[in-house]
Amino acid sequence: MPQRQYGTAVVDVDAEGFMTDPSRWTREIAAAIAREEGIAELTPAHWNVIEHMQKEFRETGQAPSIRRLSKGSVVSVKDLYALFPGGPARKAARIAGLKKPEGCV
Amino acid sequence: MKRLVILGAGTGGTALAHILRRRLSPAAWAITVVDRSPDHYYQPGFLFVPFGLYAPRRLVRERAGLLPGDVELVIAPIEGIDPAANEVRIGGGEALPYDILVIATGCDIAPGETPGLLDDWRVTAFDFYTPGGSAALARRLESFQGGTLAVHVNEMPIKCPVAPLEFAFLADWHFLRRGLREAVDIVFVTPLSGPFTKPAASAALGALLGERGIRVVPDFAAERVDAAARKLVGYDGREVAYDLLVSVPTNMGDQVVGDSGLGDELRFVPTDPKTLRSKSHENIFVIGDAANVPASKAGSVVHFQARTVAGNVERAAAGRPLAAEFDGHANCFIETGRGRAILIDFNYEVEPLPGRFPFPLVGPLPLLKPSRLNHWAKLAFRPIYWRLMLRGRPLPFISDRMAMAGKKRPPAAGATA
Ligand SMILES: Cc1cc2nc3c(=O)[nH]c(=O)nc-3n(C[C@H](O)[C@H](O)[C@H](O)COP(=O)(O)OP(=O)(O)OC[C@H]3O[C@@H](n4cnc5c(N)ncnc54)[C@H](O)[C@@H]3O)c2cc1C
Repeated sequence: MPQRQYGTAVVDVDAEGFMTDPSRWTREIAAAIAREEGIAELTPAHWNVIEHMQKEFRETGQAPSIRRLSKGSVVSVKDLYALFPGGPARKAARIAGLKKPEGCV
Repeated sequence: MKRLVILGAGTGGTALAHILRRRLSPAAWAITVVDRSPDHYYQPGFLFVPFGLYAPRRLVRERAGLLPGDVELVIAPIEGIDPAANEVRIGGGEALPYDILVIATGCDIAPGETPGLLDDWRVTAFDFYTPGGSAALARRLESFQGGTLAVHVNEMPIKCPVAPLEFAFLADWHFLRRGLREAVDIVFVTPLSGPFTKPAASAALGALLGERGIRVVPDFAAERVDAAARKLVGYDGREVAYDLLVSVPTNMGDQVVGDSGLGDELRFVPTDPKTLRSKSHENIFVIGDAANVPASKAGSVVHFQARTVAGNVERAAAGRPLAAEFDGHANCFIETGRGRAILIDFNYEVEPLPGRFPFPLVGPLPLLKPSRLNHWAKLAFRPIYWRLMLRGRPLPFISDRMAMAGKKRPPAAGATA
């Protein structure tokens, strides 16, 4: 299993760099993954999305899709793309320490 | 007499009716299947229709002739599912009570989900996921003389996630044969970060798209289609101009699933991925594209699910514990044009890997690599579909659970971001 080092923490990740054990996640690791994803700094708006994703994951066992995030009225699709340019559901899930959203099968 | 009701007589509903009719005593269980239309289409054939390789009328058979004799087929729209009353309502107001229900209503395209996509529908913007769409596109491609062809995936998940790629490869071949390849720019526009959802297959397919001169626009989520200006407009402000748009619109479960409160935000039924029972009701099972399980939505997957669903329906009928045995197995041939195809074989845990299938070394089918034999195997899928799959018969040499034999793990793959 591949591993990644973020600061002093070494965590297991899958072949696409998603953490495999969400319990190892910390805010520092999130900030480091965000930088890998090209997001220099996580703002309160980013954290709002990240925390909402983690809550959904605890409730459903799945990282939510973009459609689900926007239906949950946490954030509009447009804002999601502004916050996490490229693939918001994938990037935000990775930063939140969750597995890849299953909508991507 | 107990009643088993199956909603939908497509790939899954038909196969399941056969397996369960063999297993449940006709004296104890009546089986009823409901579908809105009398015609059963071989959907994988829709891919070939736009290029004139298949005529739509060669892809259709009457549902009644595909079901076993002692199963009742009702042709009517399903208008309501009431799990509290264990009852289904069909067109005309009739109620069908059930002891066990199987939802096999599949999924369909929902072009209305993308603003503007229907504005110039089947004039400059087409689908190939429906009989009408693929036939209309065949007429359009006949007269297409050049320009930008955008092959677009709107949102995941879609049924047959490789079909849009196959369409792009077949379009390349089609224009090459017609001497027009130089005049056509093919772009593949996807919400994913690469051509496929799993890394090794994505890399292999990406390389092949490059060789064929097909441009990939990744991470593109369409906010709307500007039909007048002929362009896709992304949420991030990026635009893709086209002369001809071939879109795979958002796929959704049937309206009745949503209206009955049984679906998620895309009207897929929350389903246990291994037992294939509904997460909310003990006497409801789900097979195929209608389920929200994280497996590909494909006919092969439906086939591999069928024995788990049938076995668990039997167990539930006898009050025994269910078997958690479905592993997410999918087996898909990807047409790459020029008489070749790629084969991928994978499940919930194992991504598509290179190697040989179904036997190590001797194959005969290579995995994750274009070959003529794979192309012939893909064409052989049609008779296999009608003769074996729909009757719930095992396929030669292919087990329901994925086998590792013949597959090669990549050398400790470096993680990609
Ligand atoms: C272009 C294309 C290419 C494909 N290529 C391949 C391939 O190469 N290999 C492969 O394995 N798979 C392929 N597939 C996918 C495959 O066809 C589907 O995954 C499979 O048919 C799903 O079976 P199902 O039983 O879940 O749904 P379906 O076979 O779609 O059946 C659903 C049935 O439910 C009925 N229904 C739904 N709602 C109602 C209602 N309210 N009232 C009454 N009836 C209703 C419908 O009429 C339909 O008959 C392809 C699909 C497409 C579109």
